[in-house]
Amino acid sequence: MLQAEAAVAGSGRAPSPLWTFGILRSELTTTLRRWRTLALLGVLAAVPVLIGIAVRIETNDGSSPGQGGGEGGPAFLSQVTNNGLFLVFAALAVTLPVFLPMAVGVVAGDSVAGEASAGTLRYLLVAPAGRTRLLLTKYASVLVFCLVATLVVALSALAVGALLFPVGEVTTISGTRIGFGEGLLRAGLIAVVVAASLTGFAAVGLFVSTLTGSGIAAMAATVGLLITVQIVDGIPQLSALHPYLFPHYWMSYADLLRAPVYWDEVVKNLGLQGLYAVVFGSAAWARFTAKDITA
Amino acid sequence: MTESGTVIEPTAVTEPGAVIETRGLTKRYRGGQLAVDGLDLSVPGGSIFGFLGPNGSGKTTTIRMLMGLIEATSGSAQLLGHPVPGAARTVLPQVGALIEGPALYGFLSGRDNLLRYDSADPTADPRTRRARVGQALDRVGLAAAAGKKARAYSLGMKQRLGLAAALLQPRRLLVLDEPTNGLDPQGMREIRALVRELAADGTTVFLSSHLLDEIEQVCTHAAVMARGRLITQGPVAELAAGARGRLAVTTPDPGEAVRVLAELGITGITVDGDRVSAEAPPGDVELADLSAALVHAGVRLRSFGVQRASLEDAFVALTGEGFDVAG
Repeated sequence: MLQAEAAVAGSGRAPSPLWTFGILRSELTTTLRRWRTLALLGVLAAVPVLIGIAVRIETNDGSSPGQGGGEGGPAFLSQVTNNGLFLVFAALAVTLPVFLPMAVGVVAGDSVAGEASAGTLRYLLVAPAGRTRLLLTKYASVLVFCLVATLVVALSALAVGALLFPVGEVTTISGTRIGFGEGLLRAGLIAVVVAASLTGFAAVGLFVSTLTGSGIAAMAATVGLLITVQIVDGIPQLSALHPYLFPHYWMSYADLLRAPVYWDEVVKNLGLQGLYAVVFGSAAWARFTAKDITA
Repeated sequence: MTESGTVIEPTAVTEPGAVIETRGLTKRYRGGQLAVDGLDLSVPGGSIFGFLGPNGSGKTTTIRMLMGLIEATSGSAQLLGHPVPGAARTVLPQVGALIEGPALYGFLSGRDNLLRYDSADPTADPRTRRARVGQALDRVGLAAAAGKKARAYSLGMKQRLGLAAALLQPRRLLVLDEPTNGLDPQGMREIRALVRELAADGTTVFLSSHLLDEIEQVCTHAAVMARGRLITQGPVAELAAGARGRLAVTTPDPGEAVRVLAELGITGITVDGDRVSAEAPPGDVELADLSAALVHAGVRLRSFGVQRASLEDAFVALTGEGFDVAG
């Protein structure tokens, strides 16, 4: 046992419980510095720019956007010319059904499977990262990515909106007017709620990621699942299923623009996301802690 | 073969008892394939332990079970006196491992790869992380290339970086699975020197390889696996001694030599040109008497002697087969 004491003495003090978060920091910097992540965020940042420029060009003759083509177009688009702040809501409405969850699906699907296919998973586990600790770290970093991705869309939209259009008082969906400051606060709250809307899907992606040893397969399966669920959510004959599908209440964030705020669907949405996070998080944990790591 | 002179005897044995101990360790994969079958392995502390066997004999599966990466179907394993995988979180910080070659993040630099592996260990002090990583890079000779992206590394450099990850902390046990794969002869020599140096500091080194002479050059102990079963284990000298050497005679008069040797009771005689070889005589036969008898019978000798059995001879004697991939 002399050797053991020498080894402990060599490493200095007794380990602090805080050291366990070193892996989270490493995970976050590794994820956010990857070119792939930066490319995804770049695409997300470009969406509001495209919308803003398109609306600006279309309305140069003084008309409102969308009116020439009749009904349709994303929510809030018609208000963008009056108030640049609405570009934030419009951009979130455009990216929430596909772009945002797709980016989250790529990061979540790759989180465990990517490490497995690169072989780095075995070295993290013998370090020893601990399976539960590693899985929690992975989920935490995916959640941070959800927030970062949403904020990238919101901030890019805010910058483009302020640059191309006037900003000022905000007319709520209920017709009342609130000051620009409160409008900004609402926009911030909406960004957080949109990010929270993605947590259930992130847990699904994490679970898929524990099922396979191929990062590409996990990403494809996760994004494929998203598209399938979106299609099912759009088929009226399957309406009995709809309240249980994770994207069903995603658009409820618009209710935060009512005065007074209408919370019902927002709360339903967050509850559903929590349920998905618990169910698929547990499934991922059960799978990952019992898995033979042969890659 | 006089290589035994270079084998370092364990001088700094500080580990009491076995560092790795398995009892009936068995792994049957889901397909029904029996990868490891009732393994009773005992690795003494302070040894350089060679874990030997052809490709597909169950070495890596055993190592993965020891590291808690895969679950044993039955049997138990102890690492540094603690059961694995139960106490893996306590034990593994004291164990460095290189399993089935290095695995790196290609998009990170060599240094960032090590920083990441170091931060995965909850017992590693973040304040001294950079210093630890720097030392490990120095130790494997990668300090100059530490800033390069790992995907630009050669196979040998990747192998070194994998070793550096295993050496981030002072370890009581190092598990190295085929550590010289992909290295040039100079790199192999460096690894052997490093292994001896670590062992001299009291670290037990568990070295798996399919290269017999590699094991013979550095290891004090060895175990041989074939088709999932442990065939033998013990000190290298004893294993090699178990196989009898060969009597080798070079002579321009092979026919006469064979006749004389057969009269003297030597068995297993074969002739190949001017070389006559046979099973070494039992220990009570004086070799000088044999050569005297040959010369006396008019056999001219170019050379005469007994070749010591190599580990390969021991392996062939034990398994009755060559050192090939298990089917």
